[in-house]
Amino acid sequence: MSGRRLNLGLVTGGALVGVVVAAALVSFVWTPHDPTLVDAAGKLREPGGGYLLGADKFGRDTLSQLMVGARTTLYVGVVAVGIAAVVGTPLGVAAGMAPRSRGWLSELIMRVNDLVFAFPALLLAVMLGAVYGAGTLTAMIAIGVATVPAFARVARAATMQVMVTDYVLAARAAGRRGPAIAVRHVLPNIGSVLIVQASVSFAIAILAEAALSFLGFGTRPPTPSWGRMLQESQELLFSTPRLALWPGLAIALAVLGFNLLGDGLRDHLDPKLRSARG
Amino acid sequence: MIVYLLKRLAVLLASVAAAGVAVFAFMAVLPGDPAEIALGVNATPEAVAELRARFGTDRPPAAQFLDWFGGLAHGDFGTSYVTSSPIGPQIAERLGVTTVLVLGGMVVALIVAVPAGTFAAVHHRDPLGAAISAVSQVGIAIPAFLAGILLVFVFAVKAQALPSGGYVPIADDPAEWLRSLLLPWLSLGLVQGAVLTRYVRSAVLDVMREDYLRTARAKGRGRMGALWRHGLRNASIPVVTVLGLQLATLLIGAVVVERVFVIPGLGDLLLNGVAGRDLLLVQGVVMVLVAAVLLINFVVDVCYAVLDPRLRGAR
Repeated sequence: MSGRRLNLGLVTGGALVGVVVAAALVSFVWTPHDPTLVDAAGKLREPGGGYLLGADKFGRDTLSQLMVGARTTLYVGVVAVGIAAVVGTPLGVAAGMAPRSRGWLSELIMRVNDLVFAFPALLLAVMLGAVYGAGTLTAMIAIGVATVPAFARVARAATMQVMVTDYVLAARAAGRRGPAIAVRHVLPNIGSVLIVQASVSFAIAILAEAALSFLGFGTRPPTPSWGRMLQESQELLFSTPRLALWPGLAIALAVLGFNLLGDGLRDHLDPKLRSARG
Repeated sequence: MIVYLLKRLAVLLASVAAAGVAVFAFMAVLPGDPAEIALGVNATPEAVAELRARFGTDRPPAAQFLDWFGGLAHGDFGTSYVTSSPIGPQIAERLGVTTVLVLGGMVVALIVAVPAGTFAAVHHRDPLGAAISAVSQVGIAIPAFLAGILLVFVFAVKAQALPSGGYVPIADDPAEWLRSLLLPWLSLGLVQGAVLTRYVRSAVLDVMREDYLRTARAKGRGRMGALWRHGLRNASIPVVTVLGLQLATLLIGAVVVERVFVIPGLGDLLLNGVAGRDLLLVQGVVMVLVAAVLLINFVVDVCYAVLDPRLRGAR
C-alpha cells in the first residue's frame, strides 16, 4: 500500500515542479503583459479582460509577474543549490573517505561545517546585504553557503557507507588511489542521495529566497519575485487580499512540489528506506 | 560524562570565538570609515582623526577585535557610531521580546504536533492518519511569514478579533500583550508544528514496533494506555533533538515574523540597523543570534548524551 502512495507523491511533486518550470520557461518568450509595465489607469484592475488574475497597485499584471517570479525563484534555487553541491559534496566525500590515521581532516571539515551551520541563510544575506548592497546575487550566495553543511553531512554519511563495501576494498587492494576511488566508486553510489538532497535543498532555497525578498534582501525591483509581491500585498490585505493569495499559493505549491519530489525520489531510488520511514 | 561535557563545552567556546572572528572580519571589509561617514563630507581631517580616536577605529584590527569581543563577555556591545547610544541595553531589551516570541511558537508547535503526530502514527493505516500526514506536508511548504499574512487575513481582516500587528509590553496591559502575540505565535508555531508532526509520527511508529509495547498490550493495556505508559518517553528522544534544531529555525523565522507583525524584537533591530547603516549594531545582533544557535546546538548535544549514553563516544 505504501508503494502506491509514494508514487502518488512523486507524480504530484513532479507535476508541481513541472508547472513552475514550464511557467518560467514560457515567461522567456511570452507573458500576457509586460510584468514591469506601470499602468496608472489599470491600478488594482480586477481579474478579467486579458488580466486573468488582475493587476497590482501599479497596474502590473499579476499573472505575468507570477510567471517571471517563477523564473527568479528557479534561478536563485539552481545557483544556490549548485554552490552548495559543488562545495559541499567534495568536502563531505573527503571527510567520509579520510582514513583513521587522518581523522583530523574529517574532524576539521565537520567542525568548520558545524560553524557555517550556525550562520543561517537569512543572517548571511543580511550581512552580505549590509556590506555589498542586497540583490539577487547576495541572496543566492548566502543561501548557497548556508546549504553547504547539509550537502557535506549527507555526502559524508553516504561515503562512509560506500567505503566499507567489498568493491571499494577490492579497488584499494588493487592499488587504486583515493581520488580514483572517489570518482569511480563513491560518486556514482552516492548520486541518488545527492539528488534527493538537491530536491529538498531546492525547497528550502525557495523558502529562503521568498523570505529574503519579503524583507527586501533579495531580488531588487523591478524584477518580479514572489516574496516581494507578498510584501507589497501586505498593506492592501484589507482591501485587495487576492494580491497576497497568488504569490503565497505559488510559493507554497513550489515548495510542496520540491519536497514531494525529494521524498518520492528517496523512496523510488532507495527501497530500503521505505520500511525505515514507516 | 564529565569529560564529554568539558570537551563539548570547549568546542562551544571555540566555535563562538571563531564565529566572532568571522563576523568581525566580515564587517571589517566594509568600505568607508565610520568617522568620515558620521561627520559627513565637509569634516576637517583633524575632526575625523579625533572622532576616529574616540571610536577606537584608528587602532589595528586585531586590537579592535579583542576590545569588541572581550566586551561581549560582560554585555558591552560598544557604542553605536550612528546613534551614539550603547548597543548592549538595546539588544537586551529586544532579546526578551524575541525570546518570548520563539518560546511561544515552540509551545504552539508542541501542542499541535504531539497529539497530531501520535494520532497519525496510531492510525497510520487509516485514511485519517494519512490525511494528517498530508496536512503536515502542506504545512511544511508554507513559510512562517506567509502563515502570518494568512492569519492576519482570517483573524484581523475577516473576523476582526485580533490586531493585525503591533506590540504592547506586558507591563502596560497583560491582556493586550497576549492579544498582540497570539497571531505571531501561531504563525511560527503552526509551521514548525507541521514539521514536528512528521517526526513525532515516525518516532511513535518506531516505538509501536518495540517488544516492550507489545508486552504492555499483552498485559491488557489499551493501545493508548500502553503508549502513554511506555511509549511517549522513548519516543521523546528523537523528538527532543528535532525540537532543539527547530528552536534555531524559529529564532531566524522570528526575524521575518517580527517584520510582518511590527514587533520590536531582535530581527526588527537587525533590519533597522542595516537600513540605518549602523554596522556595530548589525555586528552585535548577528553575533547574538549566531551564539544563540551555537548554544542551542550545544544543549541539544548534551541532552542527547544524557538521554542516550551510547552516543557519548560517537562524536
